[in-house]
Amino acid sequence: MGSSSSSTERIPDAQELMQETGFSAAHLVRLYERFEFLDKDDRGELRLDDFEAVSELAMNPIGDRIIGAFFSPGRETVDFPSFVRILAHFRPTDTNRTRNGRNGAQPEPANSRTSKLKFAFQLYDQDRDGKVSREELLQVLRMMLEMQVTEEQLQSIAERAIQEADLDRDDAISFDEFKKSLEKVDIEHKMSVRFLE
Amino acid sequence: TDASCPPLLLLLLLLLCHRPFPFFPPASSLPLVTIVPPIKPDNGPQAYPEAEKANLPVFTMNYPRIQIPFEITLWMLLASFAKIGFHVYHKITIWVPESCLLISIGLIVGAIMHSVHEEPPAVLTSNVFFLYMLPPIVLDSGYFMPTRPFFENIGTVLWFAVVGTLWNSVGIGMSLFAICQIEAFGVQDINLQENLLFASIISAVDPVAVLNVFEDVNVNEQLYIVVFGECLFNDAVTVVLYNMFSFVAEMPVVEPVDVFLGVARFFVVGLGGMGFGILFGFVAAFTTRFTSKVREIEPLFIFMYSYLAYLVAELFSISSIMAIVTCALTMKYYVEENVSQRSCTTIRHVVKMLGAISETLIFFFLGVVTITTEHEWNWGYILFTLLFAFVWRGLGVLVLTQIINPFRTIPFNLKDQFGLAYGGLRGAISFALAFTLPDNIGRKQLFVTATIAIILFTVFLQGISIRPLIEFINVRRTNRNLGTINVEIHCRLMEHTIAGIEDLCGQWSHFYWKDKFMKFNNRILRRILIRDSRAESSIVALYKKLELQNAMEILDTVSGDIKTNTFKKFLAADLRNMHDILSKNMYKIRQRTVAYTNKHALPNDSQTKEILIRRHASIRRSLRPGSFQSTVSRKTPPKAHSVWFLHESLLEEVAYPTRRSRSSRPARSSSRAMMPLRRLDTLTEAPSVDAVGDGGRTDHGVSRTDSSYSDSHAAPRRHINSSDDQDSGSVDNLRNNHHEAQEEEEQPSSSSPVWAAEPRDGTTRNPLLRRPQWNPKKK
Repeated sequence: MGSSSSSTERIPDAQELMQETGFSAAHLVRLYERFEFLDKDDRGELRLDDFEAVSELAMNPIGDRIIGAFFSPGRETVDFPSFVRILAHFRPTDTNRTRNGRNGAQPEPANSRTSKLKFAFQLYDQDRDGKVSREELLQVLRMMLEMQVTEEQLQSIAERAIQEADLDRDDAISFDEFKKSLEKVDIEHKMSVRFLE
Repeated sequence: TDASCPPLLLLLLLLLCHRPFPFFPPASSLPLVTIVPPIKPDNGPQAYPEAEKANLPVFTMNYPRIQIPFEITLWMLLASFAKIGFHVYHKITIWVPESCLLISIGLIVGAIMHSVHEEPPAVLTSNVFFLYMLPPIVLDSGYFMPTRPFFENIGTVLWFAVVGTLWNSVGIGMSLFAICQIEAFGVQDINLQENLLFASIISAVDPVAVLNVFEDVNVNEQLYIVVFGECLFNDAVTVVLYNMFSFVAEMPVVEPVDVFLGVARFFVVGLGGMGFGILFGFVAAFTTRFTSKVREIEPLFIFMYSYLAYLVAELFSISSIMAIVTCALTMKYYVEENVSQRSCTTIRHVVKMLGAISETLIFFFLGVVTITTEHEWNWGYILFTLLFAFVWRGLGVLVLTQIINPFRTIPFNLKDQFGLAYGGLRGAISFALAFTLPDNIGRKQLFVTATIAIILFTVFLQGISIRPLIEFINVRRTNRNLGTINVEIHCRLMEHTIAGIEDLCGQWSHFYWKDKFMKFNNRILRRILIRDSRAESSIVALYKKLELQNAMEILDTVSGDIKTNTFKKFLAADLRNMHDILSKNMYKIRQRTVAYTNKHALPNDSQTKEILIRRHASIRRSLRPGSFQSTVSRKTPPKAHSVWFLHESLLEEVAYPTRRSRSSRPARSSSRAMMPLRRLDTLTEAPSVDAVGDGGRTDHGVSRTDSSYSDSHAAPRRHINSSDDQDSGSVDNLRNNHHEAQEEEEQPSSSSPVWAAEPRDGTTRNPLLRRPQWNPKKK
């Protein structure tokens, strides 16, 4: 893999990105190549239609949401650093911190359990008010369950989900409640992608 | 103790069977029924001896006629009594795995038999073992294998099973061959092929005991499934290797071509086995699509097809174990949707039973045969075998994990590896294979002795010590509770997210394949193989399970003598059978409810409304998240009678045949189930419970019963006894009855009237609650 360090030269701010996201040089190179592949018009940034060109992603029930997560609010394009930062959420959790040489004062790494949960939470919470209302939950459920259930079933399921998780009785799920409901689940496994090199 | 009397008697009986005791005279001298006409004796030579003139015998015995089935039955009973006996002292089974206990009992029996110079039955001959005793065990494992974790880890499983076994066999074989060269041990006559053959026998792991421990300790799912899967598939690999090496052992010279052919054969065997399994699985699933009219023999198809898969694979000398396992895996998913509830239960129960009895017998005979065979003991060889088996297993796990860890999303840490290595017990397969060694191998007895030694050593030592060790080193645990609906939804979301991200990054992983397969499954396979194919999301399925759990919990509060523990255990494990109950109709009900509410008026409006409000508050309380885990406090008596309905309806379905006297009354009453609480509010606004008016039947005939109590008591009662007019599948009945019951739940009643007072016999009250839970362990 000797050549990879030289190819990171093509990538702007490669060192910073590696430091920030924890990706290795090899990962970064591969992601850059993918970025360039997706960027059909060679603009140096991705637009919505570039994302939608990935056919399987378009068919994913929550594909729109996933794509939406890449775009910062108000922006219509995604540049490579943003692309990588989002993907950093999906890096497998480092079991040992020494790899990145972080000290205790660092901000929460992108692939920590909390960050992963935050990402998932934001897939629900489109209006970014910090709470997942019943309607937002319903929307996601509708997307995931598609044609399989009736509207009533959806309502019931959403109702039940809110009942289970909603501890402060405000008829919405806050991030803490969300976290709590998933406390026993192995998020590190479920929300991790083994990035190829 | 009284548990030991029957086994002793049985033992005596068995011994007597074998010996020709005077009161079991051989057939020839039995006075059979003969009435002989008097023959005039003459003095000439007689061609035939004179027939005796005998009177009509009042009491005859013909033992040899029934000998074989009789002895089989007695042995089975003896082994089963041993199993019962173990559970007399509950603590024993925690610390000592059952296989150890069975072997011990077998040893005792063997000692007894040896002292009276009896031969044990030839159970472990090749045919009997491989054709009759092994298939049930493997079917049991395959049927209860947790599919999702299995497929997620299939690479690892196959890696350990195939490569691991090869590593072990070759490693042990080579080292033993090296040992054989040392003159001091006196085993120089064993050549390389024979060593390899022996090594392949003892590299088959059989961690039955370990799996039970893992299950109890709740080790993390990955470790569990890898150990489980490895054990299953390496049986297949071992048998292949064994056949290969025994073929090779008979050849004087081994050429490279043979090695190559061996490898090719291995693939043929493995993939062929899988292919056959899948084929038979699909055929079985397809057959069950049409069995709705012959429910009684539905389970038969499952068993016959799996066994057929096994036998056909044996016919072609390909891996029958793989065949039957893949058959069970494929079949299970589709079949369980096609067959009735009862058949599903029967299938599971019988599979478990057959597996258990086979395993019991095998370990039992292991004990017996240990004593009664002639042994050839060779300290050097056997001790080194033990050593090498241990060492190579440990090394193998280490090396293989290092290689495969980078490919895993959750790598195995050292503790997992320890569990994996230490859990490599040997068991039944090694035992049987050792016995079926061809006799032309010079040192067969030594091999048999060594195999038995290693099995006993690993089972006793490792089996007993693994539990404290696993707990001590604190292997990662997993959480096994039935998930909440939140967890299910969010996990699904995460899966989709990961799939999307992977697509975005242009990578594939098992999510991708799983997705693809599910699409294929829903679009094509389910249409063909399932009678009523409606794709059902796991979210919805879980939701239904949980609603049913609610229903049960409300029951639980009133029927206080059911312990919450067993209750929840049952629910978590066995709800799969119940989700049909709440399916589909549960939601359509609401429409009808709303439709009817406006038509009829409650005779006694305000009171019922008030009671409904009260009732709903209590229902609402019971459905708090916290209440799922804790016992809900006793509710107001009004629930009592409705609860009986749920009991009775469920009881009725299970205890009585589905054919019942049909009444002309519309069978169904509908209700709002314990559904979203907000919804219940609307119920209070309008009179919810209406008089049943028409006797007309609709497809899912909806009827509301009168809320006046005298009538309402009678009416729903009769509802229970009437059944649907269309397909009489028990599922439907149960579903219908459940509706009635649910309706009754909503039924306001201020008195604990007839129902509460009217007991069904308490013992059989809810057989459903006493259904055993089946864990996917190899038990």
